[in-house]
Amino acid sequence: MSSSVTLRRSRTPYLLLLPAVAILLLGMGYPLVWQIVTSLHEYGLAQQFGQPAPFVGLENFITLATDGALWVVVARSLAFCVITAAVTLVVGTLLALLMTAVTRTARLILQVALLLAWSMPVVAAMTVWIWLFDWRRGVINYVLDMIPGVELYRFQWLASPITFFLVASIIVVWMSVPFVSFSVYAGLTQVSEEVMEAAQLDGANGWQRFWSIILPLVRPVIAIVLLLQLIWDLRVFTQITMLQDAGSKASDYDLLGTYIYKLGTSAQDFGMASAVSILVLAITIALSWFYIRSLLKEDQQ
Amino acid sequence: MTRVRIRRLLLSALAVVIAALWAFPVYWMVSSSLIPTAVLNSFIPTFFPARPTGSNYAGALADGSFFRALGMSLAITLTVVVACLLFAFLAALAISRFRFRGRTSFVVAVLVVQMLPAEGLFIAQYKMVSSVGLLDSVIGPSVIYTAAVVPFTIWMLRGFVAGIPADLEEAAMVDGLSRFGAFMRITFPLLAPGLVASGVYAFLQAWNEFTVALVLLPSEANQTLPLWLRGFVQASATRETDWGQVMAASTLVAVPVIVFFLIVQGRLTSGLVAGAVKG
Repeated sequence: MSSSVTLRRSRTPYLLLLPAVAILLLGMGYPLVWQIVTSLHEYGLAQQFGQPAPFVGLENFITLATDGALWVVVARSLAFCVITAAVTLVVGTLLALLMTAVTRTARLILQVALLLAWSMPVVAAMTVWIWLFDWRRGVINYVLDMIPGVELYRFQWLASPITFFLVASIIVVWMSVPFVSFSVYAGLTQVSEEVMEAAQLDGANGWQRFWSIILPLVRPVIAIVLLLQLIWDLRVFTQITMLQDAGSKASDYDLLGTYIYKLGTSAQDFGMASAVSILVLAITIALSWFYIRSLLKEDQQ
Repeated sequence: MTRVRIRRLLLSALAVVIAALWAFPVYWMVSSSLIPTAVLNSFIPTFFPARPTGSNYAGALADGSFFRALGMSLAITLTVVVACLLFAFLAALAISRFRFRGRTSFVVAVLVVQMLPAEGLFIAQYKMVSSVGLLDSVIGPSVIYTAAVVPFTIWMLRGFVAGIPADLEEAAMVDGLSRFGAFMRITFPLLAPGLVASGVYAFLQAWNEFTVALVLLPSEANQTLPLWLRGFVQASATRETDWGQVMAASTLVAVPVIVFFLIVQGRLTSGLVAGAVKG
C-alpha cells in the first residue's frame, strides 16, 4: 500500500466507519449492555407491568448456578453440540477425501447434491425432515421396516428425548456437512501432487499418507471448521423449535436457545433470561477466540 | 493400473449413492409438492409424481397470506442488503485504505460481534424494539439484521478492496482524475464482484432468519416467509397435516434461496476459512 494514502492523518477513516459503528451500537451494543444490566436486576412479571426493577447484584447468577434444571440444559446443549460437531467433521472430511478419489463426473454429482442440502433454508429443511420422520406416513419408518428383522412400525421418533435429539442431530449434520466438505476439499486441493507422489514412492499406504501427510497439512482448516461447527451447533434454536412444534414442548426437549426463549416469553423473567443469555455469549466468545485470532493474523499480513 | 481404476470406479459409485441420499430430502420436497394429498395420505410412499398436480400450490397460496409474508420478507431483506452494502463498503474502505488509531480495535470488535449469536441476545433485542413501539415493523428486524450481517460483509469487502492496489487509483489521479473520480472509474468496477457476493450473503441471512423475526414480529399479519411457513405447518397440524400443501409451501420458500445460494457459494467458503488456508 502506498505511503501517501496510508500515512495521511485525517478524519476521513472515522467518518467512513461512522455508519457501521452506529448500526452495530444500536443493534448489538445497546442490547448487550441492557442485557448485562438486566441480569443484575430482578426483572420478572411485576417489572413487565411497570414496577421498578430492584438491583440484586449477582443473585440471578447465583440462582442459576444452584439451579439443577439449568445445568441439565447446559450439559445437554454441550453434549449435543460436541457430538453433532464431531460427527459433522468426520463425515465432512470423509466426503472431502472421497471427492479427491473419484472421477470428475462423480465428484460433480456429489458436489451438486451437497450444495442443494446446504442451500435449503432451515425452516423449509425442517418441514421436510419432520415429514420424513413422521411416525405414520414417513418414508424413514417405511424404509426401515423393509429391513428384515427391524420392527419399527409407527415408531414415534419425537416422543422420547433420546430419539428426539438423535433426529435433531441427524438433521443438523445433514445441513452442516456440505460446508465442512467444501472447506476441507479446498484445503486438500492445496496439498501438492508431488508431495503425495513422493510419499507413495516411499511406500506409504493410504492410511499412513492420510495421517502423516494430508492431516497435518489441512489441520488449520479442520481446526477452524470444527470451531465454527461448535459455535453454530450451540445455536440450534430454529431446528429445536420446529421439532418441538411437531413433538413435545416439555422441558426435557429443551436446549439453551429454547430454554432462554421460554424464560423470556412464558415466564416473562427477563432477569434470569438475560443471565442465561450471558452464559451463552460467554461460551461462544471463549470458543471463537482462536478463530478470531487466526483471522486477525490474516489481516496483519 | 487396472486395480487402481477399479477402485476409482467403486468409490465413484459410492459417491453417487451418497449424493442421492444427501439430495433426497430436497427431491422429496419438490416431488411431494406435486402429488395430490389423497395419494400422499396412503401409507405407502409415492416416490415419483407420475401425474403432477398444481393443486397443492393453489391450496398453499389460497388465502393470500403467502404474498403478504413475501412482501414483508422483501421489504426487510432489501433494506438490509442496501444498508449493509453501503455501511460495509465505507468501513472496508477505511480499514483497508487507511492506517489510523483504533483500527485494530475496530477490526477485533467487528470479528467478536460477528460471532455473537442471536440466541444470546434476542430477549434484549425484543425489549429494545418493543420499548420504542417498533414491534411488527419493517424497521425493527432490519436494524438487528444489518447489525448482525454488517461485520461479515465488512470482512468480505475488505479483502476485495485490499486486493485492488491503491497505486492504480493514484496513477489515475496523476492522469488528472479527482480522488473521487479515480475511485469511481477505477476501483468501483473492480469491486463489483465483491459487492454482488456480499449482497447475496446479506440477502440469504435476512431472508432465512427465524429467531429474531419470531420475537420481533409477533402478529400474524406481519410475518416473514420463515414464520409464515412455520405457521402454515402448525395450522395444518391442528387438523391432519396436509403434507402436500406443506411441501408446496416449503418449495416456494426454498427455491429463490437455492438459486441465489448457488451463485455465491464459492465465495462464502473461501471467505469463512480464508485465514486457515493461507496459514
